[in-house]
Amino acid sequence: MSAAWRASLQRFLITGPPLVYLLLFFGIPTLIMVLASLRLPGEFGGLAPLWETGPSGTELNLSLESYGRFFSDSLYAWLFFKSFLYALVTAVACLLLAYPLALLIARSPGKRRDLLVLLVILPFWSNFLIRVYAWMIILGPESVLTRTLNALLAGLGIAPVELLFTPFAVLVGLVYVHLPFMVLPLFANLEKHDPALLDAAQDLGARSWQRFWRVTFPLSLPGVLAGAALVFIPALGIFAIPDILGGTDSILIGNVIKQQFLDARDWPFGSVLSMVLTALAVAFAAAAAWVASRQRL
Amino acid sequence: MKRGSWLLWGSALLVYGFLYLPLAIVVVYSFNDSRLNAEWVGFTWHWYDVLFHDEQMLEAAGNSLIIGLVASAVSTLLGTAAGYALYRFKSRVLAILVLSPIAIPEILMGVSLLIFFVMLNLTLGLVSIILSHVAFCIGFVAIVVRSRLAGMDDSLIEAARDLGATPWKAFRLVTLPLIMPGIIAGALMAFTLSIDDFVITFFTAGVDSTTLPLQIYSMIKIAVTPEVNAISTLLMLLTLFLIVGASKLAPGALRAA
Repeated sequence: MSAAWRASLQRFLITGPPLVYLLLFFGIPTLIMVLASLRLPGEFGGLAPLWETGPSGTELNLSLESYGRFFSDSLYAWLFFKSFLYALVTAVACLLLAYPLALLIARSPGKRRDLLVLLVILPFWSNFLIRVYAWMIILGPESVLTRTLNALLAGLGIAPVELLFTPFAVLVGLVYVHLPFMVLPLFANLEKHDPALLDAAQDLGARSWQRFWRVTFPLSLPGVLAGAALVFIPALGIFAIPDILGGTDSILIGNVIKQQFLDARDWPFGSVLSMVLTALAVAFAAAAAWVASRQRL
Repeated sequence: MKRGSWLLWGSALLVYGFLYLPLAIVVVYSFNDSRLNAEWVGFTWHWYDVLFHDEQMLEAAGNSLIIGLVASAVSTLLGTAAGYALYRFKSRVLAILVLSPIAIPEILMGVSLLIFFVMLNLTLGLVSIILSHVAFCIGFVAIVVRSRLAGMDDSLIEAARDLGATPWKAFRLVTLPLIMPGIIAGALMAFTLSIDDFVITFFTAGVDSTTLPLQIYSMIKIAVTPEVNAISTLLMLLTLFLIVGASKLAPGALRAA
């Protein structure tokens, strides 16, 4: 056996299994979803047969009907826009909360730094539903927070408010679940800054706020961008948080996709919504990458 | 300390409080002698007792354990190969396939796998859940293994080859022991991800099989009792144990993923 042949055999044997697995259980299902968006809904849910043999011969059951339905009803465009707004507010709120934390971690000495990073990571690895459930307790009508708030409001002569099952609760849940995704890329960026830059700025007479706004923050923009993409993109498609913490007014696109697949059982239309969501996610990821490369961030 | 650093510490502590207080509340109320998660009444083990006599919950726990073990074993094998391939051959197609499941909204993978399994006429259940879990765990294992390989000194392999080792022998005796902590950390992460996954399981589980997160979800949606807090507390303990273990084995690995 020649060495070149052996090398390519080795490459094939190592790359092959994960490649085939991911093609089979990620690549093909994604392509099937593209096809499903062009098919007709089945009589009892799911998909209608792809081929149909009638008196006039065999016909292929493909149509743009579901896409037509999507574009003819502004409700769905509105739902995407609403999901976009929720994801945007989430990303901004995460940035505001994450920045001081990331800065503190980056400026801590080695040992303590590792501990502080671990403390950010641990909640991320705890079960997603538990983290959402925790807010169901905190914002519930009988909770300490709600009762205290309403007692204060009563003192001011304002009618009591509800916290759970509101858009506010959904946003709190979204921020809570996605916060670590913002802290870690920010920290990874801030960690690399040369402290000499801040010393130089100070020697030149910059005050602490000036040092932050004119040195640290501009240098951290790649981290901000990476964190924003990591928060924004998953937040776009979330369905469990509005499902658990939201009311009827905080339904997002993820909830409608779930509904189409499990309740309404109109798979072609659910696939259309999924395709649009995929397109948006890819577009935002590409935009973030483009901005990063253009600015040489 | 300077004024600026007080400000920084103060706001950072608030954010840590925001991260941990909700989880602490879940744990505290799991010992509360009241059906409502509203007020501290008194200490009890009652909800743990209820939990350990809840047939459905125990069945769900058993399923989660089986799924987690099988999915993490398979994804560790495939993910290690993928991590090695990414590092050694820099395959772009593989990189896209490995990273996309992590980057896109989870619901998309959930619904596309649902369509796929139904088209294959595969009955939804443990098998479809395991197949799906492996698909999203591979990427996490691959990233950890790749970063471990990147931190390795390539001249060690060259030395082994110069001393007459075959490529396979060099891999088995030099590379594998060196990246082993990364592989184990990847396996622990895969197990944690599988045990905790809700979204993809939700779409690929079908009607007859349930896992711990699915069981927790249905209790949250239908009738919340502090039994949910009890199972949550135990799950968090398990995760804590696994993740601290993984971070000891491969420092920085969790950050990479």
